[in-house]
This record gives sequence, structure tokens and C-alpha cells, in this order.
Amino acid sequence: MNWSSWISLSRIFALMVKELRVLFRDKRTRFVVIGPPLIQLLIFGYAATFELKQAPIAILNQDRGIISQEIIGRLEGSDSFEVVAHLHNQQKVNQLINEKKALVVVSFPMDFSSRLLKDGTTDLQVIVDGRNSNTALLAQNDVAGVVQTFNQLWAEQHNLKQPPITLVPRNWFNENLENNWFFVPGIVALIVLIVSLLITALSVAREREEGTFDQLLVTPCLPIEILIGKSLPGMMVALLESNVIILIAIFWFDVPFRGDYWLLQLSMMFFIISAIGVGLMISSLSTTQQQALLGAFMFMVPAVILSGFATPIENMPEVIQWLTYLDPMRYFLVIVRGIFLQDVGMDVVWSQIWPMAIIAMVTLSMAGWLFRHRTA
Amino acid sequence: MTDNAMQTEPQGRKLHMLMRVRGLVIKEFRQILRDPSSISIAFVMPVVLLLLFGYGVSLDAKHIKMGVVQQSPSVASADFASHFYRSEYFDASRYEDVPSAKEAMHQGTIQAVVILKSNFTQDFYSRPTAPVQLLVNGVNSNTANLINGYVQAAWQVWLSDYANKHGLTLTQPVQQLTRIWFNSEVNSSYFLVPGLIAIVMTLIGALLTALVVAREWERGTMEALLVTPVSIYEILFSKVFPYFVLGMGGMLLSLLMALYLFHVPLRGSLWILLLSSALFLWVALSMGILISTVGRTQFVAGQIAILVTFLPAFLLSGFIFDLHSTPLVIQMISHIVPAHYFVMLLQSEFLAGDIFWIILPNLLALLMMGIILTLVVLKKSHKRLD
Amino acid sequence: MSNSTTPLAVQSLNKCFVLPNRKIEALSDVSFELKPGRVTGLIGADGAGKTTLMRLIAGLLQYEEGEIRVLGLDVATQSLAVQSMIGYMPQQFGLYQDLTVRENLSLYADLQGVPEHTRAERFEFLLSMMGMNAFYDRLAGNLSGGMKQKLGLACTLVKAPQLLLLDEPTVGVDPVSRRELWQIVYQLVEKEGMSVLLSTAYLDEAERCDDIKLLHEGKLLAEGPPKKFSEAMLQRTFLVSHPQLSKRDLKKQLDTLSMVKDALIFGDALRVLTQDSIDSTDVLSKALEKSSGMTGYQIEPVAPRFEDAFVDRLAVQEGEVAGGDSNQSAFSSTQLSSSQETAEQTTQGPAIQVKELVCKFGDFVAVDHLSFSVERGEIFGLLGANGAGKTTTFRMLCGLLPATSGHLEVVGLNLRHARAQARAKLGYMSQKFSLYGVMTVEQNLAFYSQVYGLKGKQRQERINWAVETFDLQEILSQNSHDLPLGFKQRLAMACALMHEPDILFLDEPTSGVDPLGRRDFWDKINALADQGVTIMVTTHFMEEAEYCDRMAIMASGSILSLGTPGEIKEQEGVSDMEEAFVRIVQSGKSRKAPDKEDTSDDEEEAS
Repeated sequence: MNWSSWISLSRIFALMVKELRVLFRDKRTRFVVIGPPLIQLLIFGYAATFELKQAPIAILNQDRGIISQEIIGRLEGSDSFEVVAHLHNQQKVNQLINEKKALVVVSFPMDFSSRLLKDGTTDLQVIVDGRNSNTALLAQNDVAGVVQTFNQLWAEQHNLKQPPITLVPRNWFNENLENNWFFVPGIVALIVLIVSLLITALSVAREREEGTFDQLLVTPCLPIEILIGKSLPGMMVALLESNVIILIAIFWFDVPFRGDYWLLQLSMMFFIISAIGVGLMISSLSTTQQQALLGAFMFMVPAVILSGFATPIENMPEVIQWLTYLDPMRYFLVIVRGIFLQDVGMDVVWSQIWPMAIIAMVTLSMAGWLFRHRTA
Repeated sequence: MTDNAMQTEPQGRKLHMLMRVRGLVIKEFRQILRDPSSISIAFVMPVVLLLLFGYGVSLDAKHIKMGVVQQSPSVASADFASHFYRSEYFDASRYEDVPSAKEAMHQGTIQAVVILKSNFTQDFYSRPTAPVQLLVNGVNSNTANLINGYVQAAWQVWLSDYANKHGLTLTQPVQQLTRIWFNSEVNSSYFLVPGLIAIVMTLIGALLTALVVAREWERGTMEALLVTPVSIYEILFSKVFPYFVLGMGGMLLSLLMALYLFHVPLRGSLWILLLSSALFLWVALSMGILISTVGRTQFVAGQIAILVTFLPAFLLSGFIFDLHSTPLVIQMISHIVPAHYFVMLLQSEFLAGDIFWIILPNLLALLMMGIILTLVVLKKSHKRLD
Repeated sequence: MSNSTTPLAVQSLNKCFVLPNRKIEALSDVSFELKPGRVTGLIGADGAGKTTLMRLIAGLLQYEEGEIRVLGLDVATQSLAVQSMIGYMPQQFGLYQDLTVRENLSLYADLQGVPEHTRAERFEFLLSMMGMNAFYDRLAGNLSGGMKQKLGLACTLVKAPQLLLLDEPTVGVDPVSRRELWQIVYQLVEKEGMSVLLSTAYLDEAERCDDIKLLHEGKLLAEGPPKKFSEAMLQRTFLVSHPQLSKRDLKKQLDTLSMVKDALIFGDALRVLTQDSIDSTDVLSKALEKSSGMTGYQIEPVAPRFEDAFVDRLAVQEGEVAGGDSNQSAFSSTQLSSSQETAEQTTQGPAIQVKELVCKFGDFVAVDHLSFSVERGEIFGLLGANGAGKTTTFRMLCGLLPATSGHLEVVGLNLRHARAQARAKLGYMSQKFSLYGVMTVEQNLAFYSQVYGLKGKQRQERINWAVETFDLQEILSQNSHDLPLGFKQRLAMACALMHEPDILFLDEPTSGVDPLGRRDFWDKINALADQGVTIMVTTHFMEEAEYCDRMAIMASGSILSLGTPGEIKEQEGVSDMEEAFVRIVQSGKSRKAPDKEDTSDDEEEAS
């Protein structure tokens, strides 16, 4: 490679303008760049949830006393549940759970009240549909919460001896454990990844397919200029879109923004560059747009799953945890959630930025090399 | 127009029809075998997804990193703290003071901290109850919920130990006895792996089919096909059939992995599972063909397929996220997502068994979607270029 | 009227395409009949409606008014029955690239309902006719362009159709394969008595047809045997030469004469078409002498060709060729002033020097020890069959492909070390007219002027020059994707010339462009060459070979023959360039290993 000719800013500028025009003049590409991210934000924002709201619950009350009524009242008042049926015998329980009419059946035995009054303790049977294991755990916890409150009040009212230790739980950063506070900042990362990957993954492949890439290579443009000319527009679009999403997150989904806005922008640049690097690499490896599209898809799905977007990385087996170090999104997720909710500082952010910088450097130089050395 | 033509055709053309369909089907299989992208979507992607979800994604937390601060260590506080050090749910470490523990939580080194204040010992011995503070990092609300539950459980264990040792009756007024049906160990791969079959079949049925049909338009092979005496029904059938086989192949592959690698129980009937898969695949294939007819280029068809089939199958089917908890609008949208019905069938067939009132309505819903989509496809497809 | 023996009858056919903002009348009031057992040519410029007509006949499009009957059957209502009796080969025949030759044939045999037991014989018959029976098990994607086309034809012929429709079957096909395709078509007409309707942009092919339908802007302009067309041109065609004048100077003189309708370079002379028939050559020579003040013109009458009739009729319709004159003068003056500058800057010596150039892909040698040099200001043609290594050589010369070994020098710069500097001095136009389709003409021009480092006033001047010279003013704000082929080609050339390159590489620059567009294009090439720009061109049109100063004929990666068009024709002892080409390539083939010829002509297709 001959580096004697200087990098020309005007050439880079021309390449950038061209790239933006190609992106936005075509109705279809314009839609792909703008439409899906917004649709995804809305669907994700509402559909991605790990909390229970209005889950169907059925009550089998065979209690001859009235204490059960107090717990039933609390269940009915809970946001998590909606009582869909009051049963009087065991037979219907199976059917309700099996047919997914009820997620939970709470059953009070005949001697529920009398045992509590006589022995000071009584049993409450809870049956949970375990087909969705996560929902099952949540339901179990939510019922337990109701029972806990009842127990405490009961103990106070009857002057029972308190347990020698009581737990006083508090949740930091997300006091009411709002599910959206967890997911929506993650969606910022997700959409930035999708947008920058799609824009760049298709760009080189499309030029190759249409023959314009050869035309570009016979001009005096240097590979580094083409690289920059292709990266900057993707970066601009991704930055712009992510800021729109951040605004929607704050003002529509009411997620608090506690950290430093500019620190977030800075780290976002690194994330975008690393995603663009991956996109350009996929693109330079592919000869057709179809290959590029599938390549981007094959990268994106695992990258999202392994990023900690929905499930914590700590829960993954060790081998898979190693794999996640290759995933730029895992680093940015820590930053975006940290800055939104925890007001993390430069120290935390820096520890996540440099791995992204390395990923970007490796992928971009690979892409630049492939521009010229991959004989299509 | 084509109807008329069929009527006026000479008799005895059934043989030719079989020959044409056979030719097209063989061609399609040859292409599948020689095209790396078909193979990778049909066989590599399912395996990758199953491995990722089966092993990689786990919603239940273990070895939660937590800190324990004892401001004034004593026998009582050490006894309580020891329960966290011993539990397999926690990976507890000791912090000297509250600020350092809080800092560790800020840095993300620990997810929760249990604080036994300096007046803990005093309270423990002299007051009715000694409060212990539990701080949980709430950023991941789901994990935070789980941690709260686990700490609660550890506290309960401690309580009964304590009661036993001191001959006290410190029983709870109401004891909750929970039984989780169908998945008593709350194994999340039991829940995710069956649902993945819907994703795999969506990929093959809709995405791959949309791409290959669009490719025929793009490369001009469709034009050459259209001028042969082959009818549009024959073309459609010979596209659907190979990808149906491929889709069922992907389904069987996933089924085998689910049963023998992840040991997910299959409590319902295999035949109903196969029947519902076939029905869903039919729906997915119709969507794929419809998308390619509308899109006609691989780029557009690919994008539409991802947007209207893959993402909804992922997000709006109940595959990961429970639809009960979503807003009404989302729930309503989910009713037009075929994968929603299929995921319901899958999860029930695997874990719960044959339940008539789950099987019937969901199968009917799929059947209806299949019929409607097929009618639309037939109306939209014709042997012309305009 | 038409009965079931008439292969095709079209009655007052109308077809419109409705676009969001306008309505295009693709065909209006077209009526004609085909004679059975004849080859009929459908001739017309780009956008004349040839492909639309073909598709309508094949039942692929619906029409608003009129009637099409194929062998007595109505296409609109009995399309399936019609489709079982016709064979149709679209412009881009849909071969399944990942199926083998045999598999492609079997598929179409299945689709056409060819009985199992007759297939082997039929395949053998077709493939041996095409000279392809050694390639049964080769993937279609790995065949050369010419072979793909032949296989496409074979696929449409697995069941002998009664009417064969061929839509530009010879575009991008080298002369040898083209000749073979024609032989096949005639053999079929003879042996199987089928009727053929084929469209083509090669006017020399029109003369091979029994009957011609001339289509222009959706209307049937004229019909009849090609003889009828050319006979009308009698006493209007002459060969003009002058011992002292270069052929391009002579052309300039001729173009100024109002009585000359068209002047084309033909070897060392010019082929002239006059406005009206003239009784003797004196009229022409007098007019020439009067305008130039010179004497000594040698003029002899030549037999008219179909092309003359075509130009005569269509040039009147469009006024395009006539308009070309004024453009060309504007073109010359501006380009001249600036290219003198560049000529001073660069050192003397040949523009391109190639020594022992080799390019290998794995085991396959695409270019085998090639050596030649091109002088400055020369038009150098690189000709060869599909797969001869032309495109590979081109890509190496442009620095798009590294050479495996050998020496490569472009404008005095070694491509191994000074690729970037060399690139600033060369312009490249690929056969696909690679432009950014969604950008407007203006934006494309702006982009290329910028990446070539033009700035400020100079940049604006060049853009203005391009707009003026290539007549782009009216389409400036149109997306280049929607342009007709001829305009795309003009724009591509304007972009390649933005930076006033010393060398211009043109890779099949006229493939698919109609004869009028080609003339216009070559006028501009000639003017450029006059100003000292070196031009390197590949082409499959033999008449374009005549325009070159020197040419090389390649096969299997080596040069078989090199010289001026006249020398090459003389060497083979023929007066027709195509004949010379076919002879050279065929004698070259017999010397080389026979299976080398089949590899695809560019590596893009192979991968």
C-alpha cells in the first residue's frame, strides 16, 4: 500500500455525502433505517417485561372460618394479580391451570382459620403453572409478599413474639424495581447495534453487487478514506437515532437519567464504531447483499442474547461468559444502564470503553484490508 | 384466466403435471443442498440458538455476588452472616464498612449487601427484634426480585435453625406451601427450548422461503419458469413442499436436541406436536411466499421477513416474555402473531401434556390463519410479471 | 385472417405502464403476422418496446386492447396452452447457477413434459449442436457468458417448440459464439420447422433474418425482408478515403457536409451514407473538395446494409445523429485546452506497457504471459471470446486486481508501487455502467468530481462541461437508476472523464446500447483520441473493432493477433472483421487445449 498520497478531507467529505444520499434517497432504505428501530423500541418497551401485571389467579376457598377472606382481599388488591375464579372444590383446579385460565391457584383448606386460631400456624397451598419458569418464580414471590404482609400484621395484632431478626430490604438505583428502567436503556444499546450494523453491513456488499465499488477503487481514494467515508454516515445516523430513543426513554417511558449525558455520548461513539467495524467486516467478506444480510443477522442474534440484554451474564456458564467478551454490546450495556440509573463515573465507563476500542480497531483494519484484497 | 386455460387443456395431462412438479421439487432440493445460506439457516442457526438458549440464557440466578458488613461482630451476627457464606445461592464476601460495600455495589462487583449495624447485637439481645438492612442493586429489576426472594429464604432457614436450637416456636402464622406444576425445579431451559422450535420454524418457513423466492425473481429464473406450461399452483406447491420438508427437518432436529440434550420432558403426544408444527409451518411458508411476492428483491424481502415474522415470533409470542403483563394493545397485536398460538401449544405439549382446550383453540387459530394466508397468496400470485 | 398455421398474429395491440406520476405508452396499435418456418427479426432502439412485446406474446403481461394469437390460440385466455407450444428465452435467461448443465436441462424437460425415454437423445442432439457435450456435469454458474446463453437456448428447446421467442439472445456474446447461436437457430428452423421471432441490437444480425419488424417508440415503423430495407438505400452508400488525411480528420470533414447523413470509420476508410441518392460519386467528392479545399479523395460506391436503412429511418425520427455534430465540436474545443496541459506534465513513452503479465486464480491461468504496449492517443481494442481473459487484463491494468507476476506500467507509473498516482490518471467505465442508482445525475457528477480531487471553479467548469458535452441538462435531477441505457452510458462516461484522465478504460462500453447510441458514443471517443487521450476498449461488436487504431485478439489468456484492423483482415485474407476474428480464434483454439475456453470470463461469476 502506498501512503505517500495524503488523506484528503474533501474526498472523505464527498464519500460521506454520497453515502448519506444512498441511504436516504431510496424510499426502501430510508424506511429500513428509520422504521424498524422505532417499531422495535415501542414493542420492546412494552412487551419486554419480567414483572407480573394482572396475572390470572384462582382461589379455592374451603375455609370454614373468615381469616382467609383477609388474604383473599389482599390478593384481589394486588397489582400483580387479577382474580379470575372462585372455586369451591378441588376438581376445577387442574382444568384451570392446564388450560392456562389461571396462572396461580391459592387454596385455603377447610381448617385454615381454625388451625391458625388453635395452633398459631396454618398452611396455605399455592399451585403455580410452571410452563413459563420465570413467570412461575415471579408469581410465587408475589404471593409470598402478600402472605408476608399478612403475617406481620397478624403478629402485631396478636402480640406474638417477633422473630429475633427482621429484614429491612431496600433497592438501590431502581427503588420500586421498575422493569422498564432495566429494559429501556438496554433497548438504546440494542437499536444502536441494529442500525449501525445494518447500515454498514449492506453498504459495501451493495456497492460490490452494483459494480460501483470497482469504480470507487479506480479513483485515487485510499482505503482509509473509504473506511472513514463509510463509517461516519453510519455513526451520524446511529448517534441521531439513539438520541431520539434516549429522549423517548426519558419522557415517554419515564426512565430517570441520573448520569453524565456527554459521558454517555462519548461511550456511545466507541460502541457505534465497534458495531460499524463488525458491519464493515461482514460486508467486505460478502459478495452479495443476501450474504451480508444473513451475516449481520447471524452476528446480531447471538450478540444480543449474550450481551446481558435480557438475562445477566453472571448466570451463563463460564465458557459462554468468555464468548461474551467478544461482544461489544455487553460493554455498552453496562455503561448505558450505569449512566441512566447509577450515575457511574469515568472509572467504570473507561473499564468498558477500552475493550470496545480494541474490537473496533481489529474489525476496522480487517475491513480496510479486505476492501482491496478480496477479489470479488 | 388460468382457470379457463386449465379447462381447455387437453385431457390426460395429469402425468405431465406430476412430471413438472417432480422436476421443480428435485431442483429445489438440489439448490438447498448446494447453497450454504440455506443450510446455515436451516441447520446451523437452530443449533446455535438452541445451544445459546439452552445453556447460555438462564433467568434463575445462582452464585449471586453479595457483600456482608458486620459493624460490630458478635456471636449472633456471625451466626446470621454464616448462612450467607454457606448458601449455594450466594457468593458472599465480607466488607469492613458500609461505604466500601456501597462502593463495590456501585462498581458492579456485588449485587446486594446485608448490613448488620453497630447496634445489631444490642438489639438482638435486648429488643424484640433486630433489624437487618438489605440493599439490592435494582438496575436489573428481575434479578433484584430474585435476590430479595433468596435472601428472604436464607433468613427463613436461619430462623428455623435458631428456633430449633433454642426450643422456640417461631412459626409463621401462615405458611406458604408452593408447588410449581410441570416444572417443579423451575428449570428455565424447559421453558425456553420448546419455544425455540417456533423461532427455528419461523426462520426456515418465512425468512428462508422469502429469500429464495425473491432470488428467483431477482435472477430472472422466475420469468423463464413462468413461460413454461407449468401452472402457478404447481410452482407454489413445488416451492412449499421442499421447504416444508426442510422446516420439519429443522423441527425434528430441535426436538431431538430438546429431548436428549436438554432432557426436556415431552408429556403430550408426539403426533399432536407434529400436527401443530406442520400447521404452523404451513402458515409460516404462506407468509414467506407472500412476503417475497410483495418484496421481489432479496433485500426488501429479507427486511420485511425479519420485521413481520422473526421479531414478533421472538417478542410477541410468549416465547420469553409473558404476554399477560403487557398492555392491552400489545396483547391484541399478539393475537395476529401465528407464533403466539404455536408457542402456547409447544409449551403445553412438552411440559403439561395433551390438554384438549389448549390444543383445539390454538390449532383452530393456526388453521384459520393458514387458510386466510393461502387464499391471499393464491390471489396475489399469477403467472404474469405485472 | 389468422388460422392455426399462422405462428403469431398480433392485432392492434396497445400496452401502457402506469407509474405513480406518469403513464408510459409502451406499445400502440401494433399489428403484424409471422410467416411459418421463418426467422423474423424484431429490431428497434432502446425503449422501442421489444421486450414488452415479447413478454406479451409469452403471456407474461396483460394488455389493454388488441389481440395476440399464437398458432390460432388467444394468449389472453389460453396462456397455459400457448406456453406449452412456445419457447421463450428472456434477455437474462434464468439458468439455475448452482445446478449442472444436465440438471438444468432435466428441469426444463420435466416442465415441458418431455417423455423420459426421448430425453437422452434430445439432450445429446442439442448439446452437440452447441458444442457443449463435454460439459454435462458442469455447474451452470461456471460456464462462460456465451455458453450460458447457449445453454439457455438449449433449455428452451428441450421440447421442440412451434414458435421460438428470443429476446436479445446475443447481447454480450462474442462473435464466435454468436455465429454458433445463429447456426443453431437456422438448423432448428430447417430440421424442426419452427418459427422464430428474435430481437437484437446487432444490425448485422438483422440481415440474417428472413423478415424484419422495425419497432420504434412502441409503433411498428416498417416491415419486410431486410433486402427491401437495404435496397431503398441504393446509391447512397460510399466508401471514402484520402491518402493524406487520418480517418478521424476525414470523418470530421464529412460530418460538416449537409448532404452526408452518416459517416462511419471502416478500417482505414469511411463509410458514408448520403441524405439522398446520388447518381455519381462526383457529387460527393465535389462537395468535399469545396468545403475542405483539398483534392485527392477516393470514393467508391458500396453495397448498402440494413444498418443504413435503420439509421436513415430512425435518425429522422430522433434527429439524434444530426444533433451529434454540434455537440461534438463543443466537446472538442473544451477538452482540447485542458488536455494539452496534462500532456505537458507527463513524461513521454507509451501510455501502457505490459510485459510478461500473468494472472492466476488457483491453478487456472487467466492471463498467460501477456506483452503489448499502447501508444499515447491511440484507440486500442482488446477483443476475444468470452473467457479469453480480457476482463482480467483490464482489471489488472486499472489496479483492481494484483498481477501474479510480470511488469505493468500505466502512463509511466509502475502499478506495483504507485497505484494511487496511476489511478489519478486513468478513467474506467465498466460494462455495467456502475453509477449510484438512487442518486441523481447531478449528484453522481458532483461525487465523482470531488473524489477525483477537483475543487472550486475548476470543479464547476468540469461539471458544466460534462453536462454540455453529454447533453445531460434535461435529466440532471433524475435518478440515474431510472435512466434509459443510453443515458446511463453517457453519464458513466462523463463521470469517468471528470478528472481529464490520460487513459480511458472502456469495458464493453456499448453492450446492449442501440446503434444510434453507439454512434453517438464513438463520436465522443474519436474526439477524445484526437486530443491525445489514450483509449483502451473491449467490445463484441466487430464494426467497433474497425474504429480502433490497433487491436489485439485474445484467447485463453494470450494474444493471438495484434495489428491495425486492416492488417488483421489482410493477414487472414478476408474483408470482413467478423470472419477474420472467427478464423483467428478457431485456429487458436485448435492449437490450445480444448477445455480451456470454457472458463468464465470474469471471476465475479465464478465466485
